[in-house]
Amino acid sequence: MSLAFHPAGDLAVLVELDGEIGVELSMRLRTLEMLISQNVTGVVETVPAFRSLLVYYDPRAIGYLALCDSITALLPQAGSAPVPPSRLVELPCCYDDPELGFDLDAVAQRLELTTAEVIALHTGAEYLVYFIGFAPGQPYLTGTPERLVIPRLETPRTHTAPGSVGIGGTQSCIYAVESPGGFWVLGRTPVAIYDRGVAEPILLRPGDRLRFRPVDRREYDRVAAAVAAQKYRPVIA
Amino acid sequence: MIVILDGGPQTTVQDLGRFGQLRYGIPPSGPVDGHAFVLANRLVGNGDSAAALECTVMGARFQVHVACAIAVTGAEMPVTINGSEAPRWSTLIVKSGDVVKLGAARVGVRSYIAFSGGLDVTAVLGSRSTYLRGGLGGLEGRALRKDDRVSLLPALLPRAWRVASDRVPDYATAPEVRVVLGPQADRFTEAGVAAFLNNSYEMLPQSDRMGARLRGERVPHLRGHDIISDGIALGSVQVAGDGQPIILLVDRQSTGGYTKLATVCSFDIGRVGQLKPGRSLRFRAVGVDEAHRLLQEHRALLESDLSAKAKE
Repeated sequence: MSLAFHPAGDLAVLVELDGEIGVELSMRLRTLEMLISQNVTGVVETVPAFRSLLVYYDPRAIGYLALCDSITALLPQAGSAPVPPSRLVELPCCYDDPELGFDLDAVAQRLELTTAEVIALHTGAEYLVYFIGFAPGQPYLTGTPERLVIPRLETPRTHTAPGSVGIGGTQSCIYAVESPGGFWVLGRTPVAIYDRGVAEPILLRPGDRLRFRPVDRREYDRVAAAVAAQKYRPVIA
Repeated sequence: MIVILDGGPQTTVQDLGRFGQLRYGIPPSGPVDGHAFVLANRLVGNGDSAAALECTVMGARFQVHVACAIAVTGAEMPVTINGSEAPRWSTLIVKSGDVVKLGAARVGVRSYIAFSGGLDVTAVLGSRSTYLRGGLGGLEGRALRKDDRVSLLPALLPRAWRVASDRVPDYATAPEVRVVLGPQADRFTEAGVAAFLNNSYEMLPQSDRMGARLRGERVPHLRGHDIISDGIALGSVQVAGDGQPIILLVDRQSTGGYTKLATVCSFDIGRVGQLKPGRSLRFRAVGVDEAHRLLQEHRALLESDLSAKAKE
């Protein structure tokens, strides 16, 4: 495993790891990120992605070459140091209401499955929050079962409601905010993964594992009301 | 307290920014032109990170309900107090009941209004900055409008200062903006990189606090414009399929999947934010070491802006 460094202006450097995108690379990335934050002076913040870390630094505290050298020196430890803890988050998701899971039937048809099979496959899998990006709290999820791999929508929707749970390619997705989208929407979670009204607005963190628990519309509405009243806490182990 | 009489097209509360949240997808926000912002705060005796107002294209009109010092910097928006013209880049002492108005920007885009003590809105995730797209921070996460009330933190009146006229940034001149090439400069043709560095690019009206859209000579890709998503730094020059650059600013998305040809240096990013649609800028490539030397120079100059202030 090796690192490549690319300057990103005067205040950041992009650190790229080689290797296949997957659970192992994700763990190395998070371990390296933790080691950097613990050991390298002058680092302001870090942004993990699929195979890279964008490291923001203060050039008054550390020069570019010294920064790259310090990060390189940590690489051997990234394979052996304890991985930062990973939480298991369970989110309720309502699939069997066409208002919420509006692409469920189309996905079942396209993949030649019953809707019950699609739901069983989707709720049976455990997803990894590879990183958070693009929008506040928006997780990039891997772990879609092979049988649910489906090309993304040919014509992206212009609006997708927050909480929509979807699949596309090998990725799964929860929409954090109202946005356009190219994922097939299977259902919706009533839990706000971005809640601007609370002290900790972001629910998920890089490295979290995620499962969906199927709920009916009545339970969805009950949880949605509790979320609105700030009286709901998702199950986090 | 101040009461907004007219918020103008987009007036937001900003402090220096919300840091440490990019890994959760939340951008720093803060002023687009940090240089003008810091000078406004210093003119009223505040620390650099006190919360102030950022007005866009057109100013706000507001009434102050407490004697305080204010300062207006940034874009050239004419300032009046109770209808009488008042200088910019200068400490202004106002009394309770005074009405302050900023007009339309003649040159530049964003102006800053600092108040002695700073604006007192609730900090969210460690910052008072408004993140409009995420509806976070500032006043209810939105731009200010008529009848909004914002308190000031208590402060003594500062001495009156001004920024020497030769230290006031000249937003009228087409800027040469320094960039460090990369992180994906190798994904473009050599001719494309040369075109980027040797031509002027025009600012487009679709620009906002998230990104500045430019138009000019196309920058062709070597092999496609998509990359595996990675982090986007302040000033990233992203080039999508149309070959036109977009400079990502303080409200940028934290990660993205388009190639990034270069990154505008932090000390020049404010000039990008002050460029009116239809006006042009040029890019000049510097190495990381030179960028750090220029950054140091820029910071030293900011300190001498202070000492260059003359007593009124």
